Amino acid sequence: MKTLYDKLWEEHHVTQLSTGESLLYIDRHYLHEVTSPQAFEGLSKKNLKPWRLEANIATPDHNVPTTRGNNFNSAQIKDEISKIQVVELDKNCNAFGIKQFDIKSTKQGIVHVIGPELGYTLPGMTIVCGDSHTSTHGALGCLAMGIGTSEVEHVLATQCLKVSKLKNMLVKFEGAPADNVSSKDIVLYFIGLIGTAGGTGYAIEFAGSYIESISIESRMTICNMAIEAGAKVGLIAPDETTINYVRDKSFLDEEIFKRAEDYWLNLKTDDEATFDNEIIIDVSKIKPQVTWGTSPEMVVNYDGEIPNHLDEPEESKKNIELARNYMGIKNESKLSDLVFDKVFIGSCTNSRIEDLRQAAEVVKGKTIAKNIIEAIVVPGSGMVKEQAEKEGLDEIFKEAGFIWRDPGCSMCLGMNPDQLKPYERCASTSNRNFEGRQGYLGRTHLMSPLMAAYTAIYGTVGEPS
Amino acid sequence: MKSNSEGLMIDGIVSYIDRDNIDTDQIIPTEYLKSIKKFGYEDYLFDGWRYKDDGKLGIKKEDRDINSDFILNNKPYSESKILLTRDNFGCGSSREHAVWALRDFGIKAVIASSFGDIFYNNCFKNGVLPIKLDKNQIEQIFVLVKEDAVEFSIDLQKRIIHLNDNNKVNFEVEDFLIDRIIYGLDDVDITLNEKDSIANFESKRRETKPWIYINE
Repeated sequence: MKTLYDKLWEEHHVTQLSTGESLLYIDRHYLHEVTSPQAFEGLSKKNLKPWRLEANIATPDHNVPTTRGNNFNSAQIKDEISKIQVVELDKNCNAFGIKQFDIKSTKQGIVHVIGPELGYTLPGMTIVCGDSHTSTHGALGCLAMGIGTSEVEHVLATQCLKVSKLKNMLVKFEGAPADNVSSKDIVLYFIGLIGTAGGTGYAIEFAGSYIESISIESRMTICNMAIEAGAKVGLIAPDETTINYVRDKSFLDEEIFKRAEDYWLNLKTDDEATFDNEIIIDVSKIKPQVTWGTSPEMVVNYDGEIPNHLDEPEESKKNIELARNYMGIKNESKLSDLVFDKVFIGSCTNSRIEDLRQAAEVVKGKTIAKNIIEAIVVPGSGMVKEQAEKEGLDEIFKEAGFIWRDPGCSMCLGMNPDQLKPYERCASTSNRNFEGRQGYLGRTHLMSPLMAAYTAIYGTVGEPS
Repeated sequence: MKSNSEGLMIDGIVSYIDRDNIDTDQIIPTEYLKSIKKFGYEDYLFDGWRYKDDGKLGIKKEDRDINSDFILNNKPYSESKILLTRDNFGCGSSREHAVWALRDFGIKAVIASSFGDIFYNNCFKNGVLPIKLDKNQIEQIFVLVKEDAVEFSIDLQKRIIHLNDNNKVNFEVEDFLIDRIIYGLDDVDITLNEKDSIANFESKRRETKPWIYINE
C-alpha cells in the first residue's frame, strides 16, 4: 500500500547508490537567472553538456523591471548588476541551446506561473528548479521541489537528483469555507497551526473534500506555500479538474493525451496506505488570515489579537518580542490598528488570473485609501497579463488607483526596483514576511488577494464584506 | 579514499544567535544574489543584523555602518568557525548563497535543533557541517557559550563535539553526507559513474511515458 509520493518516487527511481542515497530521474527542470549562473559555470568547467536539453525551460523573473513596456531587451535594464545576471541567462541559454522565454517574450513570467500555463508541467512528473517555491507544481500531481545551485548543475549534467526519501504527511482539508476565505487563507492557517518547521523532512499530500472542490490555481497557492510549513514537497493527486486544466494547456496530440490521462487518473494514494503523520482540518471555521510578524507562522485571524510577548510562555517570548519590534507594533492590539503604506498583488503564490479577478471584484468602482502611497498589481506572466487586459481588469485596477505592471517576481523579494522603503508597511499577497524581504527594514503582512484589495481600499486590515 | 586532513577536525571559537527560524534571507539578503560568482560573500553574511545601513553588492565592509552590538562584529567572535543557534535554521529560500556566505566568512559548522531541508543539503556540498542536537542539549550549550567565549573541537569522523576538557556531545549524521566534507567528493563525478543506468532508465521511460518527451 503506497502513498502518491511513494508511487512517484518509485516511478522515477533510477538506482540506489552504495552510499544509500537514490538517484531520482528528473523529467522537467526550470531555470531562472538568479540560481543558474554558477551552475552553468560548473558545467563548462567540467566540459559537460546538459544531459537532456529539452528537459530544461528557462525564463528571467527575479530581476526583471516591471515598468518595461513592450520591445524591452535585457541590455536595457538600468540596474547594472541585475542586467549582468539577466544577460548571463541569455548567454547561457544560447550557448547551451536551452529554450528560454526571454524578457522580450510575450510568454515570459514567473517560472512557476509559466510552467503549468504553457503545458510544460504535466501530472506525474518530477520537477526541480533552483527556487524553493517549485513545490507549486505539486498541485498538478507532480513530485516537485526546490534545489540549490550545486544541484542545478547536477541535474543539468546527469538528469538526476541525488536524494534520500522523505517521510509522508497527509493533510486533509474538509468542508466548505466562508465566501471571503481563499486557499491562501487556508494555507496560512495551516502554517500557523504546524509552524514553519512542522513539515520539515516531509512530503505533504493535501487532500480532502475542500481540495477536491477547488481549481488548479487555488491548489497551486497551497502547494506553493508547503515550503513555508517546512516541507520542500507539497502535492495533490490528479483528478478531473487536473485533466481539464492540462487538456487546455498541453500541446499533446489526442492519442498520447488519452494514454497519459489513464495513467494520471490512477496516480493516487492507495486506500490502505499509511502516513507518518496525518492532520485533518475543518475549513468551514477558518477566517481570513493575515500575518503580523516576521515568519509566516506568525499569523492570526484578520480580526484577531496580535500576540503580546508579555502573555506568552518563556520559549516563544523572545521571538515574539523581536518580531513586534521589527514590525513596529507598539500599543496596537489588533491588525486593524495598523496603518498601511503599500499594497502588492503578485508573486508565484497569488498572481494568476483567478487571483486578479478576486482582487478586481473588490476594488471595482472604489478608490484606494489616502494613506496608501503605492498599490501595484504585477501579473504572474505575459499570458496572465494579456487575459486580464482582455477582461478589462487592468482598467478596473487603474481606475481604483492601482498601478498595472509587467510580469515578474517584483516586490515579493525586491530584487528589481520594486521595494519597500524602510519602515513602510505593506499588504502583500506573496509568501514570505521575513525581515527585509521586500526591502531594507520593510514590514510585510501576508494575506490573500481579496484581503490585500480590501486593505488597499480601507488603508488598514478591515472587514471583508 | 584519500581524506582531506583539514576536514577531519573543526576547532574554533563559537559564536551564537539566540533565536528560532533564522531564514536564508537573514543569512544573506536578496540584493547579494545578483552576483554570478560562487565566492566572495563573506562581507554580506547576516547583512541586515551586522550593519546599520542598506548594503549593495560590491560595497566594502570599511564603507559600512557597523552594528557593534552584533556578535560577529566583535573579537574573538569575528574569527568564529562554529555557529550555535536554535530551531529551523536556514528555512525559506533555496539560495545556496546562504551557505557560501557562511563558508566565505569562515564558518565550518552550524549547531542547531533543526534546519531547513534545502539549506541542510546545500551545506554538505560546500564543506559546511550542519549538526542537529536536541533542544535540551542546545539549551545547555547556550548556557555555556553565554558565560564566556569558548572554543569547541568537533571530530567529524567520531561525530563528537568536545565542549571543553570535561564535556562532550555526540551527534549523528549520515555517512554519505559527512563523507562529502571529509573527502571533498564531487556529486556530478560520482553520479556519472552510473550513466549507463540513467541512459537505460531514460530509454525505457521514453517508451512508457512518451508525453514527457513530446517537445523533443
